Amino acid sequence: MYRMRRWSVRNARWLKSLYHGIEKTLTLCHPLFKRIGYRRLDKTFLVVEKLTKGVLIDSQSCGQCIVGFTGLSCPMNCPKTMRNGPCGGVRADGKCEVIPEMDCVWVMAWEGNQQTEEKEYPIQFVQPALDNQLIGTSAWLREVRIRKAVDHEI
Amino acid sequence: MKFDDEPLVPGENLPFRAGHDSPGRLERVLRAGAFVVTAEVAPPDSADPEEVYTRAALFDGYVDAINATDGSGANCHMSSVGMCSLLTRRGYAMVMQVSARDRNRIAIQGDVLGASAMGVSNILCLTGDSVGVGDHPEAKPVFDLDCISMLDMVRGMRDKEQFLSGRKLTSAPRVFLGAAANPFGPPLDYRPLRLAKKVAAGAQFVQTQYCFDIEIFRNYMSVVRDMGIHEQVFVLAGVGPLASAKSAEWIRSNVPGVHIPEHIIHRLAGADKQKDEGVNICVEMIQQIGEIEGVHGVHIMAFKQEHRVAEIVTRSGVLAGRELWHPGIGRDVDPAIH
Repeated sequence: MYRMRRWSVRNARWLKSLYHGIEKTLTLCHPLFKRIGYRRLDKTFLVVEKLTKGVLIDSQSCGQCIVGFTGLSCPMNCPKTMRNGPCGGVRADGKCEVIPEMDCVWVMAWEGNQQTEEKEYPIQFVQPALDNQLIGTSAWLREVRIRKAVDHEI
Repeated sequence: MKFDDEPLVPGENLPFRAGHDSPGRLERVLRAGAFVVTAEVAPPDSADPEEVYTRAALFDGYVDAINATDGSGANCHMSSVGMCSLLTRRGYAMVMQVSARDRNRIAIQGDVLGASAMGVSNILCLTGDSVGVGDHPEAKPVFDLDCISMLDMVRGMRDKEQFLSGRKLTSAPRVFLGAAANPFGPPLDYRPLRLAKKVAAGAQFVQTQYCFDIEIFRNYMSVVRDMGIHEQVFVLAGVGPLASAKSAEWIRSNVPGVHIPEHIIHRLAGADKQKDEGVNICVEMIQQIGEIEGVHGVHIMAFKQEHRVAEIVTRSGVLAGRELWHPGIGRDVDPAIH
């Protein structure tokens, strides 16, 4: 898993395009999702996300995915679950303060960000505190709902 | 530094000034353009207020504001809110450190209101060390927020006058917002951007991790200046005396995020009186830091050597003849009666 995570960050640029592609396709499917019912689809999508994102980036299914901002390094793998950048405790070799055998997820996020073609680094976006109610729900379906601004319909 | 509108009762803050966010002394002195000195008071493992007063009194006349640490190094001590409550009663400008490690958003927002009501004008938002490095490694780490989402939240309480939930406050906490910065931790090239992000989230002053490597710090500040961030935030560089080469080695391998270069350890090891040499290094570091453009002061963390802070400040000459406020300055009132 950890090796896969490293591979994904190294390939952040095209994986991110793929990710955005999936999001766009899913957004197009909104009328269908609405007919079936978002709530009914949530569990199925969560399984799909666990099989894809779980394998590729060690996603922890927080339900409010921000890996598009973090160079595909899942911030929920940080022992302090920091969602806004590295803490001050990163070891001199770039390893985690808490788990010395693991690369700091934010050192990896910075690596991933440097591959970005955007002018402003996405890592600089101030992320709000995690909504604990969303843990274990589908982040993709939530994204579609936000894009379609249909939160009130779920 | 004494202002012409000093309150008559020591426990009260200064009157509000237009363009300021807090009625506190630290913001006043920083905005007045002085080279500021802050220090960390050691929190007692005790319920006796006298211990707090005695420890703070060591800094009288040598620091502009005092930091109250919040379970630093994940070790248990008297709470920062408790220490701040005691010391603001005597008029001290307190920087209340708040760590995200031990409390969730409900507790932190409550503490911010309580502290502000007790006269605390400066809040320093920290993520905090992991529980594993402290004396209660079996404790549950909270980390409901990180330092940036905490900054954003407290700024919202102050500026939007509401809780994170959107519920309105009847009176907003008037606080000057601070954060920590570590220019010496990887990824080094991201660290100036990290500072920019903290500023974007609401940080108005930062205190850095111990600076022992002046070259890394100079490079960091040079990027910070190029980005123009030094005009948006007050940077206080962290310094402190090392007790010996052995303790420097220990800090290097056991305290997360502290970078001590080899030549500093060599210099300590080669000295007859290592403790004095540690103070000499600290004094020189302050003098070198004082010459870097965009640095607005120093933050002295003299762990277990608090009694030497006065000497360090005097020898460094950074006060440049400035007389600092302390309880009872210029008046015959005994501060103890308040």
